[in-house]
Amino acid sequence: MASVTDEELKQMTQEERVTALGMRTEQLTGKSLYIEFDPGAEERFTYPWAPDVDFNKRTELDTDDLTSTEVNSRIRELMREGYGTIVLKNPRGKHSLGVGILSRLNLIIDGSTGYFGVGLIDGPNVRITGRVGWSCGENMMSGTVVIEKNAGSTFGAAIRGGDLVCRGSVGSRTGIDMKGGTILVGGDTGALSGFMMQRGRMVVCGNAGKNLGDSMYDGTIYVGGEIQSLGVDAVEAELTELDRKWLTRKLTQYGLMPDKGVDHFTKIVAGKQLWNYDNLEPTEKKLIL
Amino acid sequence: MCGIAGLIHKGKRANVGSEMTAMLQALKHRGPDSTGYAVYGEPKEGEYIMRLKVAEAEDRARGHSVHKLIADRIATVDEILGEHDVNVKSKEAVTEYALRYVLSDIDNTGALAERIEETEGVEILSFGNGLELIKDLGDATVVSNQYNLNDFQGTHGIGHTRMATESDVDIKSAHPYWAFPYNDVSVVHNGQITNYWIMRREMERKGHRFMSNCDSELLAVYTAHNLANGISLEESLKKSIQEIDGVFTYLVATKDQLGMAKDTMAAKPLVLYESDDLIAMASEEVAIRAILPEEIDTYDPYDEEVRVWQA
Repeated sequence: MASVTDEELKQMTQEERVTALGMRTEQLTGKSLYIEFDPGAEERFTYPWAPDVDFNKRTELDTDDLTSTEVNSRIRELMREGYGTIVLKNPRGKHSLGVGILSRLNLIIDGSTGYFGVGLIDGPNVRITGRVGWSCGENMMSGTVVIEKNAGSTFGAAIRGGDLVCRGSVGSRTGIDMKGGTILVGGDTGALSGFMMQRGRMVVCGNAGKNLGDSMYDGTIYVGGEIQSLGVDAVEAELTELDRKWLTRKLTQYGLMPDKGVDHFTKIVAGKQLWNYDNLEPTEKKLIL
Repeated sequence: MCGIAGLIHKGKRANVGSEMTAMLQALKHRGPDSTGYAVYGEPKEGEYIMRLKVAEAEDRARGHSVHKLIADRIATVDEILGEHDVNVKSKEAVTEYALRYVLSDIDNTGALAERIEETEGVEILSFGNGLELIKDLGDATVVSNQYNLNDFQGTHGIGHTRMATESDVDIKSAHPYWAFPYNDVSVVHNGQITNYWIMRREMERKGHRFMSNCDSELLAVYTAHNLANGISLEESLKKSIQEIDGVFTYLVATKDQLGMAKDTMAAKPLVLYESDDLIAMASEEVAIRAILPEEIDTYDPYDEEVRVWQA
């Protein structure tokens, strides 16, 4: 870089100048970059400190007189003791239950949870028999979460992987900023669902509120019912045979398959008219332009 | 952040004092600064309950002289009631600075309330046949014990746990707000009103008074204005979603109704439980579970949703 003179820089194109000055040169391709994992490489999927649990070893934990922190600490203790199936009794709307579990576990929450339930998880299979509050499954990386009743707003915010399923209806801003994985909703969803969605798939069997998919970058939303309105840069796309097969497989897997099949689903994707990226930071622009 | 809660029993009376305390105590983490209740007891024909306060936290900074100040203010209120030939059926000083009057033989409640509030430092917290509005610093258990609310029998109530953000930690900025001078109407709010000053000036031009700089008070004044102009509670709630900017979920209670409204973004939480004889709502489910520990079905109302229930 030091060998480049001012005179030479003036003769270069913008792209050549950026390269010569050692700045970022990667170009966004407009295509989602899914990372293909090697299924045989087990070390990719487990953390070295993850306890070795036995799914057939089951225990119940009455959470009635425990704080959320105490419940979450106790879950970790039980996992270290080898329990692979843990049932939480009497959660009664407590917040942050089952957060940050980073290994395999069957967690059954017998009742309803409050805010931020099972957030930041990476691996467990969770079943919640009641309702969940705001931000359930926020930032989950992998695993499955199945909720039998309704869910609050920001359901699956910034989810990166796994399947997050609500058999009932969910609140507003479902899948806001989601970056991967699948969100399945058996009922309706509220306004601004899929806001700033970046990757992944969301399926809503019922109706969707206003501004669906507002400012979405990428990813796909499927809606079985009415859409109140689409958000900025969210557009309807053709439902392909691949979409039908995927929808059929996912909805059947979780017992949410509508009687009339999947042909009536509307597919929403990003129009990509808001993609105004370049590869320069504002400070870099000042130097170059 | 703030927490709001409300409940209404259909066609029956219950211990709403202890129920509201349990709900609000469960919401303490959303607002530990002050707690307020608007609970509705059994209305008696021609009988009015007036709750007022005669001092604020700032008055206590005066030291020992505050006791004389409080006594003088109470004497002035009694004098005004005498001037208006009001029959004082009972008078109770719940705390040194908070009083509860039971009154009858009042020609014009609005005019009387205005006259009483001309006294410096005196604020009427509520006026009505059934409404009793209590608010003070501390959590729900503290306020409930201080004001003997644990055995309060009634049909419905709303409450609030406050985390002070836009105005001071004092009683005048605490919720609920009485919709002065409209009898038996109270409001609690969670959120932030962004066109507060524009709307406040509009309401002041129409002759309404504001006692604090808390944006939530606007909702009470706004509701009172609409009701005074013959607009129903449901219509007022719907109108507010179009006319008031910001993020808000608020509850309004009248003598026999409880209503809720959620803004266009649905940015502030509310969880609802409905059954044939009880409707309960709160910012978080944990508050509803405080009075209904068994497994129940609840849901989040959507954006621009307005509901009104009858006692």
